[in-house]
Amino acid sequence: MAVMTFRQALHDTLRDEMHRDENVVLMGEEIGVFEGSYKITAGLLPEFGERRVRDTPIAEEGFTGAAIGAAMLGLRPVVEIMTINFSLLALDQIVNHAAKIYGMFGGQARVPLVIRTPGGGGQQLGATHSQNIELYYAFVPGMKVVAPSTPADAKALLLAAIRDDDPVLFLENLALYNTKGDVPDGDTPAEIGRAAITRRGSDLTLIGYSRTAFVANQVAQELAETEGLDIEVVDLRSLRPLDRATIVESVKRTSCAVVLEDDWLTYGIGAEVAATISDGAFDYLDAPVRRVAMAEVPLPYSKVLETAALPSHEDVINAVYQTLDAVGRRRPAARR
Amino acid sequence: MSERTRSAKKGSPSADGSVPSGLTDDEGRRLLDFYRRMVIIRRFEERAARGYTQALIGGYCHLNLGEEAAVVGLVAALEDRDYLFTNYREHGYAIERGISPERVMAELYGRVDGVSKGWGGSMHLFDVDHRLLGGYGIVGGQLPLATGAALAISYRGSDEVVMCTMGDGTTNIGAFHESLNLAALWHLPIVYVIINNRLGMGTTVEKSSAEPELARRAASYRMASARVDGLDPLATYEATRSAVAAARAGAPFLLEVVSERLRGHSVVDPAKYRTAEEVEALTSHDPIHTVGARLMVEGLLDAEGLAALDEEAKAIAERASAFAEASPHPDPSTLFDYTYATPVANDLHRLPGEPLFAARPRPTEVA
Repeated sequence: MAVMTFRQALHDTLRDEMHRDENVVLMGEEIGVFEGSYKITAGLLPEFGERRVRDTPIAEEGFTGAAIGAAMLGLRPVVEIMTINFSLLALDQIVNHAAKIYGMFGGQARVPLVIRTPGGGGQQLGATHSQNIELYYAFVPGMKVVAPSTPADAKALLLAAIRDDDPVLFLENLALYNTKGDVPDGDTPAEIGRAAITRRGSDLTLIGYSRTAFVANQVAQELAETEGLDIEVVDLRSLRPLDRATIVESVKRTSCAVVLEDDWLTYGIGAEVAATISDGAFDYLDAPVRRVAMAEVPLPYSKVLETAALPSHEDVINAVYQTLDAVGRRRPAARR
Repeated sequence: MSERTRSAKKGSPSADGSVPSGLTDDEGRRLLDFYRRMVIIRRFEERAARGYTQALIGGYCHLNLGEEAAVVGLVAALEDRDYLFTNYREHGYAIERGISPERVMAELYGRVDGVSKGWGGSMHLFDVDHRLLGGYGIVGGQLPLATGAALAISYRGSDEVVMCTMGDGTTNIGAFHESLNLAALWHLPIVYVIINNRLGMGTTVEKSSAEPELARRAASYRMASARVDGLDPLATYEATRSAVAAARAGAPFLLEVVSERLRGHSVVDPAKYRTAEEVEALTSHDPIHTVGARLMVEGLLDAEGLAALDEEAKAIAERASAFAEASPHPDPSTLFDYTYATPVANDLHRLPGEPLFAARPRPTEVA
């Protein structure tokens, strides 16, 4: 066990997997000489050489598609798309090819591909560089989409993604790269398709993934200390497949839920989670499922406007309070 | 454009087929073999068109009619170990790769014995054993994939070549540029082939490509290229052999094959955008006619032999459709078999009318 940043966990896991398996190759813009926009691949070019750490031209469709084709012949490429915003340029290759090749050809070719890419707003990067569009990929059968929130899961899910024979979109987040946590030694992949209950509680279920799972744990801890609230946190970890059973089992115990997401509310992942709760725990619900999500605007540059558009810590706490009030479960002493 | 290309070719058959051009024995034997293969594709495609009108084939169905000489010449230049990526007009390519016409037709019929087990249909033929790696329905989708396959070959230091065919319209999609640039930068063993039949669906090359001499696009990547008469199977074969040899040595190649599309874009297209003169000219360009005539002029085939080849091809097509019709439809219980190669927790196997969670019994009413 070692304490390290999310960034370090990704870097070390990539390096270990490259040592373990000659078929693992890295491809992406500026990942070699420049060491990656977010320095995840720092030092890997000198260690492994240009053959295995491949700087690509600015051609997301071309190099993502090439990684898919190489995967069809048995390589295990790990593609870095500099931010998820740029993945739109590779959308056809991901949705129409990576996700469909195994099924469309009757199971004759596998696509053991990982696409690592960070989402995230809040850094004044403006409308085109601040999106959270993992939903586009989570929508598509044939894709697997994982979204770790801790350094330990960054390692375990990246191990799983690289060793999986299907295309996996591995969602990172700009705001998580410097977060720290315990990372177990050894070589144990996570199971894709499983959520984790990262905190047990009985008052309310707080659901998130990637950065919002980090926020959910923070808020639950804070409200335990300040208000004596007992909040359960579900970290989705996998957006496709979605672990509906874990969500529903949790809500059956707490009878109310707040879903956090960094994307837009309409048609978002929170909508899918809320619909799942409606289908699976309708009789148990004591309040409507509440969603905390971005305002429905292209994210502005102005810090004031950007802050107004993004879900804040306070927004989460208020949604929790309002839901607990609706249930009549909030402790009187805690009312503000 | 193609007229000029054709008349400039050595040994091209003239429409009235009068002058022997003096093929070597090898060339003669090869041309006869090529012709036999071309007729098989022709009769297969005609049988497929009939299957479509009989509603035994669904979806889209694009035929290689007019492209037979190009198909045969191109594929003959590949080794068994080489890989082929192509687009949605690919029945002939699959047959030429050595896949049985029965299994190709069964895929068109959507049956379990189809090359893609009924999951792909006409546009998505795939056979890993014969190294036909698709059949792609998205224009240009196959280019980055083929480029990546060549990357894997190069990465492993093995000596296979990838051939990636496309239509003339595909040269205007971004994936064309991105793929050729990557292949040239990384010295990949790949031959990109443009089948230039001068029409997208109905839009001409001149209306869609600012540089209508498509082979010249290669100059942007310092890539070698050539243009060849795709109605002449021997010329196509020789040009492809050179291209494949270059690619095997690590120099990617762009080969433009000038061809014809005798009918509409797909079986349902009446091609009203073509003038009567164009349609008439098509007949004299039909490679089945011109190559057949050439073989007769060369004394390599007589009328009886020609008829016998045709009968053989028709019988092959009939056997293919009979096999396809007799092959079972896939069982609905196999619906979820091919979503993921690695089984995964919580993969949802829900049919459209089923709830996510089993309904709870209604509470019993109090009497």
